[in-house]
Amino acid sequence: MNPIKELWRSLIEALVALGDISRFQLRLIVRIPRVLMRFDTVVRQIYNSGALSLVIIMLSGLFVGMVLGLQGYQLLRRFGSEQALGVAAAIGLVKELSPVVTALLFAGRAGTALASEIGLMRATDQLSAMEMMAVDPIEHVVVPRFLGGIIAMPLLSAIFSMIGIYGAQLVGVQIMHVDSGSFWSQMRAGVDLSDVSEGLVKSCIFGVACSLIAVYQGYYATPTAEGVGRATTRTVVASAVMVLFLDYLLTSAFL
Amino acid sequence: MNSPASIVEIRDLRYAINGRPIFDGLDADIVPGRVTAIMGPSGTGKTTLLRLITGQLRADSGSLIVAGQDMRAVRRTELYALRRRMGMLFQNGALLTDLNVFENVAFPLREHTDLPGRLIRQLVLTKLQAVGLRGAAELMPAELSGGMGRRVALARAIVMDPEILIYDEPFVGLDPISLGVILRLIRRLNDVLGLTSIVVSHDVHEISSVADAVYLLSGGKVAAHGAPRDLQASPSEVVRQFIGGLPDGPVPFHFPAPDYFGELLARGECL
Repeated sequence: MNPIKELWRSLIEALVALGDISRFQLRLIVRIPRVLMRFDTVVRQIYNSGALSLVIIMLSGLFVGMVLGLQGYQLLRRFGSEQALGVAAAIGLVKELSPVVTALLFAGRAGTALASEIGLMRATDQLSAMEMMAVDPIEHVVVPRFLGGIIAMPLLSAIFSMIGIYGAQLVGVQIMHVDSGSFWSQMRAGVDLSDVSEGLVKSCIFGVACSLIAVYQGYYATPTAEGVGRATTRTVVASAVMVLFLDYLLTSAFL
Repeated sequence: MNSPASIVEIRDLRYAINGRPIFDGLDADIVPGRVTAIMGPSGTGKTTLLRLITGQLRADSGSLIVAGQDMRAVRRTELYALRRRMGMLFQNGALLTDLNVFENVAFPLREHTDLPGRLIRQLVLTKLQAVGLRGAAELMPAELSGGMGRRVALARAIVMDPEILIYDEPFVGLDPISLGVILRLIRRLNDVLGLTSIVVSHDVHEISSVADAVYLLSGGKVAAHGAPRDLQASPSEVVRQFIGGLPDGPVPFHFPAPDYFGELLARGECL
């Protein structure tokens, strides 16, 4: 096996996959206006991807916030500036942790559900049956799920931030006795709109990436039990890598 | 074989998957108003032929005309218009698992018509009554037996009043009662609704009891065709092997392999 040949082959395969997914995205985009006319189908998918992910997002947000409170307190106390815990936790959450952790959790909870649901619809001929009923499965099945994921992600991220800040406050103010007034006032003074919009833009882009990967993997899954399993795994792996890669790009772009 | 009245006309059809020819000069005519069975051993491409007829696949060469439409040159909008005139029953029913029985049958109506809800309800209940499952309207697909699922799928396939009804292996995995029900429904729906039915199956005796014409596929071509009774009397070895269920013959029992003893005595621990 020639390593250079292998590397070349992998590169070509990656480029082909990128081309495929871009073409697939175009097919989704041209159908979005028609799907928006039947917004109830999108609302159902916001519920499936968003509302059903709330518990895991809220629990994770609480614990991440609590850990941030503890670590932040320990670190800031060294410099005698525990009062800045509020602003530190809020900026860390809003700009970075919320969009990234929410996207990773979304890929694990909603992304896998989307990929396996669409993959199983393929395996059980439901997509072919729609084709045979002259109903476009991309318009009917894929686009509502894609849009649902895109809309759900920033909402989930906002909830993650909110619960995370509460978790940091719980540890910092209630347990470590940081002054409550300083905690909140420094946060209000230190976090500005650009921080919030950075987090919002990130979570919107992660929403597009994670939803696109999930529906693409599901739609093109090999119609067997093994194929659907592989599509689900690929969804998590590809989404996680893509989110972290995009996060670096976006963070450097916002600097 | 030439029949000007054919609703499906296949001439010298060729189709290969990954270089392996599935059809190699297939000719067939499906006459309107009749139940035509497409039979053949597993792997002869019966389901592939249905997918070609319904435009899910495109043939490599030859001609395939369905209801006057050239399926090799058909555009997407024309294909969707044609499919509204077709109904298809998939092997496993392919019901939409997130909708109940009623909504599954109503699905094509809701997608393609602006009929008021009351009329849709009446149409759906009429079709469900025709397959004997009006009482199951509120059940979810997961709550249905295999036979019931296929009957619901049949109700869905006829809800738009198609001209052509296509069945892909409709008897697989059914108990004798469900099988009898589906058999009777195929014949009755064909006659009452004036449809053209195409049934892919390898259940020789079951399908022979309802089909008007049979095409037996083998080796990428039509091995025999005619009325079921003609096929019983056919001198062709393939036909006799298939109808008699003989384990060996023109369709070999063994998958092509190197010499048996040579391979057993060869050195080496594994393949």
